[in-house]
Amino acid sequence: MEQLKNIGRELAIGSQGSSKEFLELVKAIGEAKSKAEEERLVMEEIEMLKKKIVEPDVPRKRMKEYIVRLVYVEMLGHDASFGYIQAVKMTHDDNLLLKRTGYLAVTLFLNEDHDLIILIINTIQKDLRSDNYLVCCAALTAVCKLINEETIPAVLPQVVELLGHQKEAVRKKAVMALHRFHQRSPATVADVISKLSMKIMHDVDPSVMSACLCVLFDLISADANSYRHLTNSYVCILKQVVEHRLPKQYNYHNAPAPFIQIKLLKILALLGTGDKGASNNMYNVLGDVLKKAEPSGNIGNALIYECISTITAIHPNSKLLESAAAQTSRFLKSESHNLKYMGIDALGRIIKINPDFAEEHQLAVIDCLEDPDDTLKRKTLELLYKMTKSSNVEVIVDRMICYMKTLTDSHYKTDIASRCIELAERFAPSNQWFIQVTMNQVFEHAGDLVPPKVAHDLMRLIAEGAGEEDEDADSELRSSAVESYLQILVEPKLPSLLLQVICWVLGEYGTADGTHSAAYIIERLCDVAEAHPGDDVVKGYAISAITKVCSFEIAAGKKVHLIPECQAFIDELSASHSTDLQQRAYELQALFAFDSSVVGAVLPFDGSADDIEVDQSLPFLNHYVKSMLSKGAKPYIPANERQAATTLASQHVESYVSSHSLRFDPYEKPQMPIMALTPVTTLQSDDQSIDISQKATQVFQPSFDADTPSSEATRLRLEGVQRKWGRPSYNNNSASSSAGAERSTNGASNGLDIEKASGGKQGIVPQEPKYVSDRNKQPEISAEKQKLAASLFGGVTSKADSSVRSSGRSQKQASTNRHVGTAKRMQTVDPVDSRAQASLPAATAPPDLLDFGEEEVAIAASSKDPMKDLEGLFDNTGSVPSSQPTAPVTNLPNIDLMSLYDSDLGLGSGLVSSIRVPDMIPENLPNNDSGDRLTVLDGLVTTSGAVAGPKVQGETSASSAIKKGPSLESSLEKHARSRQVGVTPTGPHPDLFKDLLK
Amino acid sequence: MIHFVLLISRQGKVRLTKWYSPYTQKERQKVIRELSGLILTRGPKLCNFVEWRGLKVVYKRYASLYFCMCIGAEDNELECLEIIHHYVEILDRYFGNVCELDLIFNFHKAYYILDEVLLAGELQETSKKSVARVIAAQDTLVENAKEQANSLTNIISQATK
Repeated sequence: MEQLKNIGRELAIGSQGSSKEFLELVKAIGEAKSKAEEERLVMEEIEMLKKKIVEPDVPRKRMKEYIVRLVYVEMLGHDASFGYIQAVKMTHDDNLLLKRTGYLAVTLFLNEDHDLIILIINTIQKDLRSDNYLVCCAALTAVCKLINEETIPAVLPQVVELLGHQKEAVRKKAVMALHRFHQRSPATVADVISKLSMKIMHDVDPSVMSACLCVLFDLISADANSYRHLTNSYVCILKQVVEHRLPKQYNYHNAPAPFIQIKLLKILALLGTGDKGASNNMYNVLGDVLKKAEPSGNIGNALIYECISTITAIHPNSKLLESAAAQTSRFLKSESHNLKYMGIDALGRIIKINPDFAEEHQLAVIDCLEDPDDTLKRKTLELLYKMTKSSNVEVIVDRMICYMKTLTDSHYKTDIASRCIELAERFAPSNQWFIQVTMNQVFEHAGDLVPPKVAHDLMRLIAEGAGEEDEDADSELRSSAVESYLQILVEPKLPSLLLQVICWVLGEYGTADGTHSAAYIIERLCDVAEAHPGDDVVKGYAISAITKVCSFEIAAGKKVHLIPECQAFIDELSASHSTDLQQRAYELQALFAFDSSVVGAVLPFDGSADDIEVDQSLPFLNHYVKSMLSKGAKPYIPANERQAATTLASQHVESYVSSHSLRFDPYEKPQMPIMALTPVTTLQSDDQSIDISQKATQVFQPSFDADTPSSEATRLRLEGVQRKWGRPSYNNNSASSSAGAERSTNGASNGLDIEKASGGKQGIVPQEPKYVSDRNKQPEISAEKQKLAASLFGGVTSKADSSVRSSGRSQKQASTNRHVGTAKRMQTVDPVDSRAQASLPAATAPPDLLDFGEEEVAIAASSKDPMKDLEGLFDNTGSVPSSQPTAPVTNLPNIDLMSLYDSDLGLGSGLVSSIRVPDMIPENLPNNDSGDRLTVLDGLVTTSGAVAGPKVQGETSASSAIKKGPSLESSLEKHARSRQVGVTPTGPHPDLFKDLLK
Repeated sequence: MIHFVLLISRQGKVRLTKWYSPYTQKERQKVIRELSGLILTRGPKLCNFVEWRGLKVVYKRYASLYFCMCIGAEDNELECLEIIHHYVEILDRYFGNVCELDLIFNFHKAYYILDEVLLAGELQETSKKSVARVIAAQDTLVENAKEQANSLTNIISQATK
């Protein structure tokens, strides 16, 4: 059946005029088994055509078929230029059929700069004046492809005339031709367009209007200011389009003229950028477009995406941004990769205005980054690139380099390598990192693609260090560079540029710290040169490096014995074709003749870092100049007084040099437009948090200082990510509401709800705040995702216990963030407290606690037998009713708890009186070990706290005896408040994306 | 703007190429080679976009044929996907249940239709009806012209006999 149908089609086609031979050729090529067979068939065809078309008196119809065959041959990628002239001839034909074929062929064959075009101009001019509108159309189509800057004036008058043609198809094509002219050469058509843009804009035919939008888009993107007064008319048109005012035939899948809408949205984005008034006028219609677009269809999503682009480009409006954000969320959550891709793009646009927005979608972003789809991955890397700053540069650059290694496409590799370098230069947290992690890797994997300038910057950095007068750090940097380069040299294949850097560094600093002998370094350098026999530059670097190493040895008074390989190398270079290499070799040999003082003066150690002072007036020449002047030579004219051209050139060089130097400090934060989206609560919570954090800082200062390795500031914060891994209820609720929920559960359990307590284990699960222990959660999260996030956000640190890491990291954040950690810590104590409290009467606590204890395997510090703790607990509860200021409890965990509570004290600004101490004990006791856990977990505790426990408690009670707080209620309230502060999403808590975006 | 349009079969055979930006014959071949390598190997559930030399290539597969359009970095990919579909719908309407064979043997017609949909790298006509009308007009005119030509050549040939 299928075959029959095919035969039928072929018959039908055959009757349309194509000859049998051609159909057979097409068929044969379609059935060709291999590329070679296809090639052979096409070559035969070409040979045949070459012969046939030059035959005299080919019937025109036959010629038309030959030309179609030429088009076919050319489409398959073979050269058909021998037949171009025939196609040009065919455009002259009077027969429309032939003319159209001719035009089609020339538009496909010729680019606008082809010599043959000059032969067509005359025909085009004639055809543009034709009475037959189809001839005009054919000519205008050709105009759009073939007319270049020089030939525009030849056809412009006719095209302009056709703008008033009675057929809308001709008007439309004339407008498009003008658009093309404007692209080629804006100057030649500027006055025509400015005169006509309003007239054609108000054409009755929507197609012409739509074509006109292309021209206007170009005009406005070149100069938005002169068209701002038109904003309202565009808004009006868009409104009408949205309201289905255009004829039904322009609908596309039920959307009213979506392509026109998209063009208008693009124009509005240009007009609204930086113009508040214009933007104000657009808000309504943008809202309409967004509302009416069908999110189920692809075209609806295209409209929505275009709306998001426009909304983020114009002066921000909080309500529109909100809906844009909602749509972006929908894209990101979608199953369709296309929508995810658009979502990532939209996210990049939105975070420019509201950096907090990315927070919500961090997991979606991680997913996209790990997606097998290369396109999505690249887009996500682009997003990360936009979000990079000093705190996350390491992770992001690491990801980029990892991705770069997998690439084979040199175009994108160059791109990503230059991005890596740019980020590294802008944000590098340390020189060490800059050199070893980034530059070496970038060089290693994309060495041939980075500009040599970068290598010179790198060498300068190693030579000069950070620029500060810290010699120790510099030399450490150098020796670490030497170490890393010696390791890299093992690799069999390295790019030339990296080898140059390696040779230079080894020569300068290879023997500097004394770990490697000169002989060893020289041997390695010889290996390098040997392994790259074809690379003269590397050889040059190698021989210079050997010279330096030798001279340092000689200068130090040691005797240098050249190993045979090295001698052979020198001999080889002495006979080299390259005079440069020869000279270097001879210089090296000459050095051996001198004694140490001379050599030391010639090549001092670390000479490259010394500034060479140049007296630009060159005083030693004065005498010579004078004598020459007296002999009648022309006086020297200073450079700045010479020709302007030379000056310009030199300035150019200067600016190039200065703008490409390394920058270590991050760029200034761009000025964000004031964000109407940010809720007012942010400010409040910010105030609060600062207030609290100051107190918290006072309390915790010592432990923070003890705990924080300096490099930690630069890592991504993991907490946000892990929080996302919690149960969906926590993910979806806003953090503050979940805090509220917690508070209520606390309240319930405080009421000594026996059932709940007996429900022990079940009780824990919902109650436990997500921060309590990340370890608890991890088994529940899909292991894969965890790995993803860990590799992205923790990969660099790769510590065993990520939760300890993360909390440690959170502490290291700026002081405003510190309170958050504390607030969280308090929270973590809380539910456990209440649960344990509730569990007391039921005496089902032990399994509960045991359960808890098991979770803490990783904690090395004082893990206690829960039963014992429980005993202690009972002891202490006994003392509660007495409500006396009992003596400090002696067992250690208690004391820890007290110090913990102390923290709460500083936090919530509540004060615990000495009298309240016993009150607190029963509440806190059951989680003795969890208290430990927490304190350890937070990296806060603090052997000193534990060991000097009693003393601490004494101090606490003494210092806090200022005021009696209402016991349970107020403390709960404080907890709640601190919790709220800690988890308000807009608050400055140590969240991953918060940090990414700062 | 659209820089070029490619129609490639699943086996990598080129069915139609239209270049709106200048590319030399050599570059064209390189582009086709590169892109067919990129696109034909992609799985069915991945995005319909490929980033390529700073531009974006949007493609969509219809049966055994891939329609690819290369657009600028600032263009809307989803819109381009719909432009492709718009073109395919018009082809479908013209050929009546279009299949790859129609395009293989009638590639010049596919070019004519494309010229009515896209011009100078921009979408010129968003109404399927308008395109159909112009194409129909061309076809009837061509038919007439053909008859005329036939009769003319007949007359001439008879006259010269």
